[in-house]
Amino acid sequence: MVSICLYFQVHQPYRIKKYSIFDIGQDENYFSDNSETSVNNAFVLRKVARKCYLPTNALLLELLDQHPEFKISFSFSGVFLEQLEEFAPEVLESFQKLVATGRAEVLEETYYHSLAFLYSKGEFREQVRLHRELIERLFNVTPKVFRNTELIYNNAIAKEVESMGYKGILAEGADHILGWKSPNFLYKPTGANNIKLLLKNYKLSDDIAFRFSEKSWKEFPLTAPKYAKWVNAVNGNGDVINLFMDYETFGEHQWEDTGIFNFLKHLPTEILKHPDNNFKTPSEIIESYNHVGECDVPHYISWADLERDLSAWLGNDMQHAAINRIYALGFKVLKTKDKNLIHKWRKLQTSDHFYYMCTKWFSDGDVHKYFSPYDSPYDAFISFMNVLHDLEIRIDNLSKNDSSSEIIEISKEHL
Amino acid sequence: MKVLMFGWEFPPFNSGGLGTACFGLTRGLSKHDVDVTFVLPRKVDIDVDFLKMVFGDETKSVIKKQYFVNSPLQAYATEESYEYRLSEEEKKTKQIYGNNLFEEVERYGAIGGQIAEQEEFDIIHAHDWLTYKAAIAAKKVSGKHLVVHVHATEFDRGGGNEVNQYVYNIEKKGMEEADTVIAVSNLTRNRIIESYGIAPEKVRVVHNAVEFENYALDQMHELKKTKKIVLFLGRLTLQKGPDYFVAAAKKVLEYYPDVIFVVAGSGDMEKATIRRVAELGIADKFIFTGFLRGKDIHEAYQMADLYVMPSVSEPFGITPLESLMCGTPVLISHQSGVSEVLTHCLKTDFWNTDEMANKIVSILRHGELHKTLKENGVKEVKKFSWKEPAARCIDIYDQTLGRKN
Repeated sequence: MVSICLYFQVHQPYRIKKYSIFDIGQDENYFSDNSETSVNNAFVLRKVARKCYLPTNALLLELLDQHPEFKISFSFSGVFLEQLEEFAPEVLESFQKLVATGRAEVLEETYYHSLAFLYSKGEFREQVRLHRELIERLFNVTPKVFRNTELIYNNAIAKEVESMGYKGILAEGADHILGWKSPNFLYKPTGANNIKLLLKNYKLSDDIAFRFSEKSWKEFPLTAPKYAKWVNAVNGNGDVINLFMDYETFGEHQWEDTGIFNFLKHLPTEILKHPDNNFKTPSEIIESYNHVGECDVPHYISWADLERDLSAWLGNDMQHAAINRIYALGFKVLKTKDKNLIHKWRKLQTSDHFYYMCTKWFSDGDVHKYFSPYDSPYDAFISFMNVLHDLEIRIDNLSKNDSSSEIIEISKEHL
Repeated sequence: MKVLMFGWEFPPFNSGGLGTACFGLTRGLSKHDVDVTFVLPRKVDIDVDFLKMVFGDETKSVIKKQYFVNSPLQAYATEESYEYRLSEEEKKTKQIYGNNLFEEVERYGAIGGQIAEQEEFDIIHAHDWLTYKAAIAAKKVSGKHLVVHVHATEFDRGGGNEVNQYVYNIEKKGMEEADTVIAVSNLTRNRIIESYGIAPEKVRVVHNAVEFENYALDQMHELKKTKKIVLFLGRLTLQKGPDYFVAAAKKVLEYYPDVIFVVAGSGDMEKATIRRVAELGIADKFIFTGFLRGKDIHEAYQMADLYVMPSVSEPFGITPLESLMCGTPVLISHQSGVSEVLTHCLKTDFWNTDEMANKIVSILRHGELHKTLKENGVKEVKKFSWKEPAARCIDIYDQTLGRKN
């Protein structure tokens, strides 16, 4: 028996517009570009909706309808859902229909798709709470399984998430943490007792997400029957195959003309041809299987690049400077109790902002370049720091105007 | 493969980037075992033990061309030889661009055919318009294929001024007679296609390169110890955009007053630039050094926190690479060939002085931006080598000769 666990990450950041020193103190709309470029958030969202979200949602709904055994799962960032509400309500509706089938599980994450865990546990918990509220409001379900931004993970995160009541957590099945172990089983995170770890089978996941249309790949072209054969080969050697990928794989990273939709369309049929195969959501996996051992991850891992570490977000001095400065504002900005300012501050925590400042792309293929809407990592940094400067001025102005000498209680976790 | 190459200058007697590029390319070709006979317009009084070439005015005393016995770079290694090179360079500048330039071009052109008769070669390669007459004559005599290499066009040199019709005509004629035209950038390639009407399929791009030299000096300049410095270095002419630099400086000072702008170079816009700075009331923030030479150039780069090249039209532009060799980050205009091949730098359109100011202020404010640009920029400039453009040239030779498709 082997269970296929399909999980899709769906996320779009609020990209900041080109923001120069001349805008500081003049313009508080950091995310409101309206050019026909990829820093225009509404423009990007509608484009991706057309190419990916709408057609893939329609296809998945059809597949769920045809195959009662078919199951999927999503994690939506809060900033993504917020943009859907604002710019593309019809897309939100189509996701709601999928979740309403009861066979599309929604996972928990930080509302702002942030690296908050690394900088402030209090901020992390708060962003998870905000995400839970949003998911409950929009989908009427309460997530039970957690996945952190970009699958960033270590023992400490597992422990924290366990204490918050989640029964499962997702991570990358990186070779250097697994060693001889297989990602096709559940594990117990070191230091935790009541939470199970699901590890991505990166080989089989990336065959779809990255290699699907790669003409120089020896398995090209990839067909559903061929893929099902690889899945069947795990039968007897594992409980679960965790296929984790960006949802944008379908139609955006792999364009429609690569045949990716056709592949997806036939995948359930082909996989279900083998009587021992089935589909399960992460929660069902956790209920169905026991862990086979402990998995010790003392250092951070992620699903990014070849390194599977944090260097895509925290690899150079600019990235460290930017992120340190934003978290240093925490106390002051929360003290203002200004919802609008706090929301902006949090939107600036989204990991993508730091990813755009990554300078290692030249040795790491074109993945980063493809995802960056800025001319260079330096341009990304300059706009970000100028925005931050403006935000600081606004926070200071509010703090000064606050004439009352009343001391505002801030939860300890935020300090 | 034997190449008959026509040039105008060669280090240490060059007045600009042309000689340096010819030198680098020839050296790169020699590493690929291409036999280059380099023809210069006149015999110059240099010690040529390491370099044998044909001089246009002494066709009788042809020295057989075994290329490069010693690395000429060793000859530049001491300060003394550098000083020598540059003082000679100045003399040479006067000689090259004196009143008799056009006569010189004609005279050089007339003997191109003579040289071609005496030499054995597979293909002719000529650098910039000064050599085109000679190269065309060589083609007529020998019937061999001709490649012309465009390092700059009359439109770049004019920087918006009127184009010299005589020069334009020679340029156009050379490009038309050539079997293949090499441009030093896509920017130049577009110019060749649009302004000279050359068929796009005939024009190929070979970007210039540099060989890394560690120019970093041990001592820190006094001024740098207390001030942030932004540098302009180049001829003060329309082409180089000093007026845009001054306009951006004015804006920078409103946001970051504690900075000094150093303008290094001379040219026909020198007085106008100084006057403009005074008019704007920012003269106390400016230092005009005049024309710099030798070690002073490297010192200027090194004392700067940022080197700005706001060129209006720069076919390639080697100075940003030299700045990075000194460990100084650069801000360059999109209107430069080098911006097509350099990634770890700041870029802006030359006319966008707001953006120029935004980037200058950002690098002054954020040490991390400076550090990241510096580290990655130095790494990147180390990867440049003339071997690559030389290999591209060989490819182009083969294709021109129909040996390869």
